[in-house]
Amino acid sequence: MNRAKSSQWLQQWIFVGPSTLFFVIIIVIPFMLGMYYSFTEWNGVANQAKWVGLDNFSHILLDDDKFRTAFWFTVRFTVIGVVAANMIGFLLAYFLTKPLKTKNMLRTIFFMPNVIGGLLLGFIWQFIFVKGFAAIGESTDLSFFNLPWLGDEITAFWGIVIVFIWQTAGYLMVIYISSLTNVPRDMLEAAEIDGASRMQILRSIILPLIMPAVTVCLFLAISWSFKMFDLNLSLTKGGPFGSTESVALNIYNEAFVNNRYGLGTAKALIFFIIVALVTSLQVRLTKSREVEA
Amino acid sequence: METSKRYRAGTWVTELVMILVALIFLVPFYFLFVNSVKSFGDLLTDSAAWPQTFVWSNYARAWSITRFPEALWNSLVVTVISNLSLALISSMAAYRMVRHPTRYNRVLFTLFVAAMVIPFQSVMIPLVKVVSTLDLMNSIGGLVICYLGFGAPMSIFLFHGFVKGVPVEVEEAATVDGCTPYGVFFRIVYPLMLPMMVTVIILNTLWIWNDYLLPSLVLQKAELRTIPIATYAFFGQYTKQWDLALPALVLGILPVIVFFLAMQKYIIQGIMAGSVKG
Repeated sequence: MNRAKSSQWLQQWIFVGPSTLFFVIIIVIPFMLGMYYSFTEWNGVANQAKWVGLDNFSHILLDDDKFRTAFWFTVRFTVIGVVAANMIGFLLAYFLTKPLKTKNMLRTIFFMPNVIGGLLLGFIWQFIFVKGFAAIGESTDLSFFNLPWLGDEITAFWGIVIVFIWQTAGYLMVIYISSLTNVPRDMLEAAEIDGASRMQILRSIILPLIMPAVTVCLFLAISWSFKMFDLNLSLTKGGPFGSTESVALNIYNEAFVNNRYGLGTAKALIFFIIVALVTSLQVRLTKSREVEA
Repeated sequence: METSKRYRAGTWVTELVMILVALIFLVPFYFLFVNSVKSFGDLLTDSAAWPQTFVWSNYARAWSITRFPEALWNSLVVTVISNLSLALISSMAAYRMVRHPTRYNRVLFTLFVAAMVIPFQSVMIPLVKVVSTLDLMNSIGGLVICYLGFGAPMSIFLFHGFVKGVPVEVEEAATVDGCTPYGVFFRIVYPLMLPMMVTVIILNTLWIWNDYLLPSLVLQKAELRTIPIATYAFFGQYTKQWDLALPALVLGILPVIVFFLAMQKYIIQGIMAGSVKG
């Protein structure tokens, strides 16, 4: 090997080597191992995992009621959470790009919940649902606050939705704001002079122009809600009666609580395929609706 | 879109409504703080009211039971070391991949990008096995290595997009003047990458600081607990003892809130920059 070549070789290793090494150890190898373990019966302790073929998958698809419940919860939660968080995030952004005197302070306030981790947020809200709402309900007599929050399946579901929106709307708002400030002003003014109504301007000019932001925001919200774990764990622990157990929490419980690592990895593989499919489908769909100004 | 700069009557109404919405957004913080300084009895009778007497001793007890200083220190060490190493190794990798787009590097980059869709839960079970085989369980260093692996794809992706926009002429001039390839990177490119550096560090900080699942799998020793694990462990022991739990939560969120308020300009910019690339 001549000198120029070996120096290139050394540079390649010094620059790219460390990242690649950690990436392989932490993601690539576990991912491959996961594919293997998903065809085995393995308790996580034994060195030998017993090969069982497709047993895990047929068990999950055919007679795992808890997984089905968790999956259905995650789907419902994702649809409602993603739509609501994006609508609220967009509305906040829309009004906060108007010349309000307090807009900087308001942006800070709306974003703030997002810097706190989901685990702590869940505990904070647990107190608010149980004690805070009861206190408001007592003094105002509004039936909304007197519901058995977190106590039954329906209110627990909506409780998590509320916290999810509170946490994520501000983040989405920031992205929508950056996109809205890039909409050319002359275009809006021209439409205004032509007598377009505010709704028309919003629908026919603003929305098409901010589609790239919609793509990003939908992608983020979908992957957050699909992967939801912390909020779930600290707010309801999946209860009551497993009704709010997310897929991520179900996988965790299967492996680390029930010690069925093989079954857990099989669920994790199915989970990965679904997340990859849904997000790539969504990105492709919304990307096709993006237009240039 | 900052439309017409005039402050109309309609704007005034909007402003008022938005302030009201913001107040509703802040209500959870009100409940959290107000009740964290009440006695247990006061807290139970009316949790919406302003405290009659401020029981600051709640904080002292929560401080020592959660071993707060220890958890804060662990969180800080993990976040800072992971961030600095991540920024260094991923900027170097991204730079090399952009400037030397060999087939090998292109495939590698595609792999990194593809890995961004893998949810953590999909690799966590075998990861525990890998981590314990490498004898990295119960060590802050082991946790940092995990963050380097999980952080690399996104960070490399962001740096990659940024380096593509940096003109190569400056680097060529430096090389002609006798700069080594390493000198070119550390003296010329590194300073130019500063804006993206800030973005990457902020996005990684918010995620690593608040992460619960990974540290809970890797760190089992009580003295290694980060803030989220310490909080979770605390709630396992003191369920429903809100006069202790609420101050513990306030202590837990305080560092990141202070960080956010001090750095909010950069945080908001960082998120905008990150989302455009992402």
